[in-house]
Parts: sequence; structure tokens; C-alpha cells
Amino acid sequence: MRAAEYVRASSAEEAVGLVAGNPDAAFLGGGTNLVDHLKLGVARPDLLVDVRRLPFGGVEQQDGPDGPVLRIGAGVPNSDLAADPVVRGRLPVLARALLAGASGQIRHQATTGGNLLQRTRCVYFQDVTTPCNKREPGSGCSAAGGYGRYNAILGASETCVATHPSDLAVALAALDAVVVTLGTDGERRVPMADLHRLPEDAPERDTTLAHGELVTAVEVPLTDVARRSTYTKVRDRASYAFALVSVAAALDLDGDTVREVRLAWGGVAHKPWRARRAEEALTGAVLDEAGIEAAVAAELSDAVTDDQTAYKVPMLTGATVQTLLDLAAEETA
Amino acid sequence: MDASIRLTVDGTEHVLDVDTRTTLLDALRERLGVTSAKKGCDHGQCGSCTVLLDGRRHLTCLALAVAYDGSEVVTASGLADGEDLHPVQQAFLDHDGYQCGYCTPGQVCSVVGMLDEVKQGHASHVTEDLEAEPDLTDDEIRERLSGNLCRCGAYRGILAATRQAATS
Ligand SMILES: Cc1cc2nc3c(=O)[nH]c(=O)nc-3n(C[C@H](O)[C@H](O)[C@H](O)COP(=O)(O)OP(=O)(O)OC[C@H]3O[C@@H](n4cnc5c(N)ncnc54)[C@H](O)[C@@H]3O)c2cc1C
Ligand code: FES
Ligand code: FES
Repeated sequence: MRAAEYVRASSAEEAVGLVAGNPDAAFLGGGTNLVDHLKLGVARPDLLVDVRRLPFGGVEQQDGPDGPVLRIGAGVPNSDLAADPVVRGRLPVLARALLAGASGQIRHQATTGGNLLQRTRCVYFQDVTTPCNKREPGSGCSAAGGYGRYNAILGASETCVATHPSDLAVALAALDAVVVTLGTDGERRVPMADLHRLPEDAPERDTTLAHGELVTAVEVPLTDVARRSTYTKVRDRASYAFALVSVAAALDLDGDTVREVRLAWGGVAHKPWRARRAEEALTGAVLDEAGIEAAVAAELSDAVTDDQTAYKVPMLTGATVQTLLDLAAEETA
Repeated sequence: MDASIRLTVDGTEHVLDVDTRTTLLDALRERLGVTSAKKGCDHGQCGSCTVLLDGRRHLTCLALAVAYDGSEVVTASGLADGEDLHPVQQAFLDHDGYQCGYCTPGQVCSVVGMLDEVKQGHASHVTEDLEAEPDLTDDEIRERLSGNLCRCGAYRGILAATRQAATS
């Protein structure tokens, strides 16, 4: 592990200044991903700027210009967010996604900001002895021809087939959350859909944030459709494992016709995948198995699979059908 | 680079200099001689390094000691009151909740922390109604303790021990 200086930032501005001014500096949240990467040699910062205890605020309901929002401070632990009464009552998909992630211990340690900024679990990214364009631009991609069970099927590029591992991010993508950041040019509001990026020819960049841009909060609109929402995660074991595929969904029905639907997928791309094409196909139509399958097929029409990832298509289709039909049954119950 | 930190471990206060790279786990084991928390994987994947940190169950292998300056740590060996075992420890004895014992201190701390979360009404991945008081079924116990692996496979005993501790 490279020797690193440690500074506990006393303000968000100080933290931004310290990291933005040093290409080898990194923010430290709960450390559940970064400390792992320090040990593995995947991250080699010479300065750690601890932002976990900055006064980002807790979980608070606020009035936004387009209605009420839930403001979540970047330092809020995943466990506290999942336990928040407003999250449980009005944003079940958010609580469910958080509770499906990691373990009870890790959720106490992991922060909201760090969770969104966690890096891929691609085994080659985590193994410094193998080529990886995300870790070392230009070195090549070992995953494309290697162990590919977790690889992307949507939006991958020649240079990178990694997927984003966060469950929280998938729920926030479905909920049209906004990420509030502080950079050297001041505050910025980034829609979740624009936070993470596709790899294209720069897989080393996971997000659209600049180096030294700090996540300070996440704002989630408290909409009616979000009240009937849930998260389905499919994995290799029942608990304490990353998603093979996952589905975040919210549904509002008028009889058996879809008035509004939100759909986002995890485990399929370099970013949480908002399935807008599928949403469009479902909206205004009667909700049934065949219709959902057709909507998923429309969204997946550009999917690229190989013999290791082909399983994701039927798995994702089945998970989406089950999730939406379960939500519909809940609504009529 | 060194930093001076203060930690309270099992009721005893310590002031020590640590390299900024030292994890809380290594500070406990290698610097303070507190070997109750165990190093299994050192990457957050097994739970054997679990302690109660400022009252909540927490891994120590992915925590830099310097970031937890001023914290209070209780390890499994700090749970007993003199010769009197903590009810969770007693339950592990009563139900053979271990074989080799390596994962046990982490399991015990995890159960203590988990039962407290249940008391506070926290839901889990398998809880049907997110807003109801949790009912600690066997499935709930299994899910809530999934962050602690046992390579001897003593899960049946751990489950029984947890059931006893939850109702005592
Ligand atoms: C065994 C194991 C299993 C896991 N299982 C799951 C799972 O099933 N689902 C899941 O979603 N996650 C899972 N995780 C990942 C875990 O959720 C993340 O590691 C955690 O959320 C990261 O948060 P943190 O606060 O610890 O971040 P850190 O490790 O501190 O930081 C992560 C990254 O974010 C940056 N960062 C931190 N805070 C900020 C900020 N405020 N602004 C800008 N950048 C910031 C850091 O520089 C770093 O690059 C698992 C982790 C482990 C170890
Ligand atoms: S040693 Fe900490 S989780 Fe395995
Ligand atoms: S008792 Fe041996 S690992 Fe659990």
C-alpha cells in the first residue's frame, strides 16, 4: 500500500480544494470500497481526504420547485437511509435496494455518496496483475475474453465491458433522483441518468464528475408513483452477493392499464440502465406478461451477449415480468 | 505517515500512534494485543472482524484506524461482565454455535448488533412489510446474519443460539 497522508476535512470547500488540487488525492467516505482498493493496489492515492463526518445533513423532507423531495446528505449510512420512515413508506424501492446490498455491518459503514461512486467489481479491475483499461488505460480488457459472467450486455465498448455494482444507484435512477455536487466552480445538480457514463473510449471515467467534485447530497422527488415500487435482485446466493441482474420498478395503474411506470436495471451496463424504451411501450397499455416481455425485448434490441452473458436476457425478462406483476397484484390487493 | 489517535477498547482507553494505512483490525490485534476480532479475509467478505463500534456492528478490516479516532470499540471479549457471559455468548455455548471458533467473536458481535437493530424496528431484505415491527423468523435471522460466514458450517447452532438470545 502506498503511504498516504490523511486529512479530516473540516468543510466541504476544504475537501474539494484539497482533492481538486492534487491528481493523486481521493475522498474517503466509509472506506468499504476505497480501503479495499488501497490494499489491492487498485487505488494509490497519496492523500486521503476524509469526508465522512462533514455536516452534509441527514435525511430530510423539503419542498422543491416541483413538489416535495427527500434530501439525503452524502454521509448518511446506507443502514440509516433504509431505516428512514419516509423512505420505507414512500420510496420502498429505495429501502429494498439498500437492504439487498452488502451486509448489515457494511451498510452501517457505507455512505450514500460512496455507494454511488463505488467502482466496478470486475475481477480484472481488482487484480493489478491483469490488463484492464479502466484501471490502466490502454492496457487492454481481460474481461472481454475472460471470466464474463458479470459483464455488460448494453452500452459496452471495445475497451470495457464492466458493470456498475451499486443497487442504490439503480433505485435512484428509477426515481429520477438528482445528485448535488460541489466542485471548484461551485454547486451543480446532476440528474442520476447523467451521473454515470458509458465506457466509450474512456472507461477509466465511471462518472461525469470532475476530479475533486464532491457529492454533497441526493434529492429524491416524493412522487405518487414511487409509493408502489420495489426492487428485485437476482444473484448467485440468496444474500451478501452482488447482482447478476436487478430490477427497480414503480407502477401506477388505472384498472389494468398502465398510467405510469418507471423501470431501471442493474447488472447490465456500465451505469444503472433506465429502460425508457420499455417504459414507453408499457405506458397506456394493459399490463400483462406478454406485454412486459415485448417491452423488455424492445429495450434489449441493442443488447450484445456472448455465451457467458446470454443468460442475462431471459433472467432480466423474467425478473422484470415478476416485479411488475407483483406490483400490480399489490395495487389491486 | 503517522497519526496519534485515541480509542476506547472494551472499556480501556488507549492513545497510540498509527501509520495512516493501519486498519482498525490491525490496530486492535497488532498494536493493542486485542485479538478477539479475527482476520479472515481482510476484504469485507467474511465478517470475522466484526466489533461493536460506537454501539453498532461494524467491520474493522475496511476501516482505517485514523478515521475512527475517538471511537469506542467493544469486541466479543468485552461483552462479558466479569465471569458472567453476555446472553448471546451463553446462547452460543448452549447451542454449539461454533466448531473451530474462528468466526465466533464476529458472529457474537454481529448477533448483539443485529438484535439491537431489530429492537429499533429496522427491516431486512426478507421483511414483507417495510413499515411493520419486524418478526424475527428463522429466515429473518439468516438474512440479517448473512454478513458472517462460518467455514465450519455451524449455522444451525448459530441460528438456534440467536433464537434463544432473541427471546431471553
Ligand atoms: C463484501 C462486500 C459486498 C458488497 N455488496 C454490495 C451489494 O450487494 N450491493 C451494493 O450496492 N454494494 C455492495 N458493496 C459495496 C458497498 O456498498 C460500497 O463499497 C459502499 O457503498 C461504498 O461506500 P463508502 O462510503 O464505503 O465509500 P468509499 O469506499 O469511502 O468510497 C468509494 C469511492 O467513492 C468516492 N467517494 C466517497 N464519498 C464521496 C463523496 N461524498 N463525493 C465524491 N466521491 C466520494 C471515494 O473517493 C471512492 O472512490 C459491497 C461491498 C463489500 C465489501
Ligand atoms: S476480515 Fe473483515 S470481513 Fe473478513
Ligand atoms: S466455527 Fe469455524 S469458522 Fe465458524
